[in-house]
Amino acid sequence: MEKSTKDHAALAEAFNQDEEHVNWHDGALWWIRQKRDIAAKNIPEWEQLRETASRIKSNVLSNLHDYLLEFEANLTKNGVTVHWAADAEEHNRIVYSILKAKEITQMIKSKSMLTEECHLNEYLIERGIDVINSDLGEYIQQLDNEPPSHIVLPCIHKRKEEIGEIFHEHLGTEKGVSDPTTLTRFARWHLRDAFISRRAALTGVNFAVAETGEYVVCTNEGNADMGAHLSDIQIASMGIEKIIPKKEHLGVFLRLLARSATGQPITIYSSHFKKPRPGQEMHLVLVDLGRSRQLGRPDFRDSLKCIKCGACMNTCPVYRKSGGLSYHNTISGPIGAILAPNLDMKRHADLPFASTLCGSCSNVCPVKINIHDQLYQWRQVIVQEGYAANTKVLGMKAMAWTLSSPGSYSTIGRAGRWVLNNIPFAVNNKFNPWYKQREMPDGPKESFGEWYAKNQGDNGSEKV
Amino acid sequence: MTVGLFIPCYVNQFYPQAAIATLQLLQKLGVEVVYPPRQTCCGQPMANSGFEHLTQDCNRLFLENFSDFDYIVAPSASCVLHVKQHLHAPTNPALAERTRSRVYELVEFLTDVLKVDNLTARFPHRVGIHQSCHGLRGLYLAQMSELNASPFSKPVQLLNMVDGLELVDLDRPDECCGFGGTFCVAEEAVSVKMGKDRVTDHVKNGAEYITSVDLSCLMHLEGILHRNKSAVKAVHIAEILNATV
Repeated sequence: MEKSTKDHAALAEAFNQDEEHVNWHDGALWWIRQKRDIAAKNIPEWEQLRETASRIKSNVLSNLHDYLLEFEANLTKNGVTVHWAADAEEHNRIVYSILKAKEITQMIKSKSMLTEECHLNEYLIERGIDVINSDLGEYIQQLDNEPPSHIVLPCIHKRKEEIGEIFHEHLGTEKGVSDPTTLTRFARWHLRDAFISRRAALTGVNFAVAETGEYVVCTNEGNADMGAHLSDIQIASMGIEKIIPKKEHLGVFLRLLARSATGQPITIYSSHFKKPRPGQEMHLVLVDLGRSRQLGRPDFRDSLKCIKCGACMNTCPVYRKSGGLSYHNTISGPIGAILAPNLDMKRHADLPFASTLCGSCSNVCPVKINIHDQLYQWRQVIVQEGYAANTKVLGMKAMAWTLSSPGSYSTIGRAGRWVLNNIPFAVNNKFNPWYKQREMPDGPKESFGEWYAKNQGDNGSEKV
Repeated sequence: MTVGLFIPCYVNQFYPQAAIATLQLLQKLGVEVVYPPRQTCCGQPMANSGFEHLTQDCNRLFLENFSDFDYIVAPSASCVLHVKQHLHAPTNPALAERTRSRVYELVEFLTDVLKVDNLTARFPHRVGIHQSCHGLRGLYLAQMSELNASPFSKPVQLLNMVDGLELVDLDRPDECCGFGGTFCVAEEAVSVKMGKDRVTDHVKNGAEYITSVDLSCLMHLEGILHRNKSAVKAVHIAEILNATV
């Protein structure tokens, strides 16, 4: 996916070759959106919770420097070694050096989109360190050598039969077995072995509490805990935006996170990690990776409020009907489309256009990020920075010229309707993407303006 | 009260019957309506494509045509939302601000300004409402399914006054149809799939007509209905509210 040169439209078109699969994908995610709605509507103060969470995050973004230093001081006090990484390369180098110092060649890793963004697995594997993803969805994606297509449900684009095939090929399950319970048992058996034997475990971070120096990891599988508790070396990687000021703020976010993500009242495990147990080493890597650049963009800084619940993906009809891998970025869907251009504007110039600006994403967002407004703003920035195709620039200039004067507009309007009426094949052909699966509108003989001039007087009084 | 009738460019060219219904409906309700003939487009197609900087001439024309009216009314939520959010006049920001505050989509003008409580309209058919996203989430014409908030719907409020009309419940009451401006051609595959799924929802639930406050959504859905030779028709809400047969 990361190496693909195809844009979202082309990848989405390929995804749509199998309509029955699209229907299934769309339905699975819509079902989660409905579960989210039920959960949200069971809490009378839901909208107030969203507003509170959004404001706490505003405070965090405005005081990030101070909170980070407070967090670092408290971590250090608790006996955790703190590292700072400006980019993916530095993050990967730090993790590698921690492992190398202890001569560790095997690591278990729970879900962390940040390490996906950093391509940590590839980096470590190239240097002789074996990494195994312990989140079941990520484990399946790793076996299939594909990145996650969804930040909460990494293999939501795969059906159980496909997963059965992958297990058969890589783990030696019986061919044709696709029963989820059987497959999960098999994966668990493999993973248990890894949990017990691996000395190093890396987790992501959902929330980092500045006032106490603890961090919280939310999972449904308990895999982060299994890895961390059995490890000699525990590493956590977090983006610098994951800070919250106080422990009392956790309640707001934990109530929102799982309800928004899957419709559960809370994740099965919300584990607090604070200090190493005797004999254990704990490290935490604070990663910037474009976050401070985004913080400096007034129109887009609020995107850093994201708590990675995935609700905007589940509700987005474009996401549901194009699949996460069409976004060619670790974070896909609407939130990915406003985060990715900050990382590489040229490469991700297509993503803010992969939306109808319907606004459903902003409505489900638990921290009230104005996602669809930011998509609109990114479009302006991308065009201003020169990343729009030349043909599009010319087309838009021609349109602006036509619409700038009533004379040129009515002439072209008349011509257009005449073409539709008299030589429809001039537009009803394969060069017109509208016509591929839709009929063109009829070309009425008369525009409203022409009818009005004939039938209504200059002062608006009726002639007929 | 004089209302300036704002008929968006593609409605003027392709859907004159919806514009005529809007005019007649307003006149029927006793409003003095004037159609400024030199109007073209609000500039939304350029702006949503990232070219808002090319819309100055559209803004200038819009202000020339409409800034003197008490109210400006259009049968298109999408174009109204664009004007409300993006009409600017660098040399006269106060004029732009005043004009922005006077622009109304037809349905909200009927419910909020005229406070219409009965209509002499008859449309004896089963009708599904397609919620235009810009009408719903931009202009708040109805409650949005994502929010934990009290339900209301301005289009339903009006359609309930139409004799013989039966509203159809949908499986997904406010999902986007996939038109999305240039999205409809730039992302053809997804756009069409979204439109097909909306059409299926209406057909499955027994709609004879699909109506909306936005003709752009309807143009897209109608294109799919026509291609499939469906008997279901797309019709702008003004045509229903103005129907007497």
